[in-house]
Amino acid sequence: MQPFELITVNSVLDAVKAQAASPTAQQGAQVRFIAGGTNLVDYMKLSVETPRQLVDINGLPLDMIESESGGGLKIGALARNTDVANHEAVKAQYPVLSQAILAGASTQLRNMATTAGNLLQKTRCVYYRDTAFGCNKRQPGTGCSAIGGHNRMLAILGTSDQCIASNPSDQNVALAALEATVHVTGLKGDRAIPIAEFYTLPGNTPERETVLEPGDLVTHITIPPLPAGTKSLYLKLRDRASFEFALASAAIVVKKSGDRIEFVRVALGGVGAKPWRSIEAERVLHGKAAVPANFRAAAEAALRGARPQSQNGFKVELAKRCLVHALTQATA
Amino acid sequence: MPTQNEDCSGPMTSLEKLSRRAFLTGAGAAGVVTASAAVAVPLASAASAQQEAPIPEAAIPGTVPVTLRVNGETYKLQIDPRATLLDTLRETLHLTGTKKGCDHGQCGACTVHVNGRRANSCLLFAAMQQKAEITTIEGLGTPEAMHPVQAAFVEHDGYQCGYCTSGQIMSAVAMLHEPWGPSDSDVREALSGNICRCGAYPNIVAAVQAVRRRA
Repeated sequence: MQPFELITVNSVLDAVKAQAASPTAQQGAQVRFIAGGTNLVDYMKLSVETPRQLVDINGLPLDMIESESGGGLKIGALARNTDVANHEAVKAQYPVLSQAILAGASTQLRNMATTAGNLLQKTRCVYYRDTAFGCNKRQPGTGCSAIGGHNRMLAILGTSDQCIASNPSDQNVALAALEATVHVTGLKGDRAIPIAEFYTLPGNTPERETVLEPGDLVTHITIPPLPAGTKSLYLKLRDRASFEFALASAAIVVKKSGDRIEFVRVALGGVGAKPWRSIEAERVLHGKAAVPANFRAAAEAALRGARPQSQNGFKVELAKRCLVHALTQATA
Repeated sequence: MPTQNEDCSGPMTSLEKLSRRAFLTGAGAAGVVTASAAVAVPLASAASAQQEAPIPEAAIPGTVPVTLRVNGETYKLQIDPRATLLDTLRETLHLTGTKKGCDHGQCGACTVHVNGRRANSCLLFAAMQQKAEITTIEGLGTPEAMHPVQAAFVEHDGYQCGYCTSGQIMSAVAMLHEPWGPSDSDVREALSGNICRCGAYPNIVAAVQAVRRRA
């Protein structure tokens, strides 16, 4: 592991100033915030991340989980995954978020990992993880070894000719369906970024994954209140029953009025270059009867733009069935 | 420097004196000239501060002073910031009950408790754990007075080679205080972060369930 300097900060401003010394907040950042470390330390051991300075932000007062006055929930950047998943308000109001978090990683990792760390979780693409191979995300211009390589786990939606990495997070799929807002503070002050605008697609710059700029620190997320009577759930399909990344997953937030779908939000995991909100599926479902034919039509719409690779063509049908099954359960 | 003494309360045969660790350590020292860089050296533990000659900080460039609380003891160390809690426990404090498996948070062999919650010590920098109360398998019980989960692993034969066992036990003990349901499948899910390559899972589940049923 490359040597680094470890500093501790006691204020958000000091944290922002420290990271702003790095020319980027994206891949190759010379200064990294560290909280749980579950992702960053792993990638530092692999020399995928080589920061020269780590900024320990665990002392910042950002671990709150609070109900907001107008409804909704505020979750601090440092709130541990375990604490969010087991929080009574989360379980009662946003079961999809609790289920998604508990479907990811192991208890040990969830005890360590934070909300913002999970938000910024890096891909598990084997070529990104291995510095012996070319990878445009890790080292721009070196090519994508996954195209035509081992790509069974990788994305089929939102990819480009430069990168087909999948976003591995479960939490972020739930947050996409819940239309969470990411609150960031930086050199230019505070910003509230809808999660739909937080992640960027790889395009020709796969080394950029979010809109974060040097100095930007995620302070918390907010989740808006849901209409009364809304149900939500997370369904994850994977190679093992536990402690495995998704081949395909679906987060559903839905409210019926009689037999008709009055309100619905759909996001997919394991198949997208970013947590994949499917407006297309929502459009098909809105105002329609909650019946299998409509669920299948929504699934067809969600995967219409899929670009399967040499080994992950199965994900197209798997994601469709995952979505149909999740919609069936959520509207039962 | 803390040492792991064998139980010397009674006369021991030479075979009894020869623990696996003592044998391996001795064989390594005799047979191999190791080229280990001294990146981590314990300065002193609270208990033996008087006996230890302090090592000048300048002697080891790049190291930082770190105070750790492990199993109720305070240790003042001078370590590389890159040192994980796992490596510090094993190589510096010689608490070798915590095992290194994958070193990437995937196998659970390195599981310890940090402020009462289980964590993968391979993914924690020791220098970031200075306010934490750390518990390792050595702090759980002794051969004479085992923790109920340790006793249950013995009773139910919850291992074959034993390498994953301390991690399995640390996870199982933590699980007792976590919100899980009563079924075997809850145990399997709760312990999914601890891999056993021997496949002793049925006995591990039996051991954990025996403790949970008694609790």
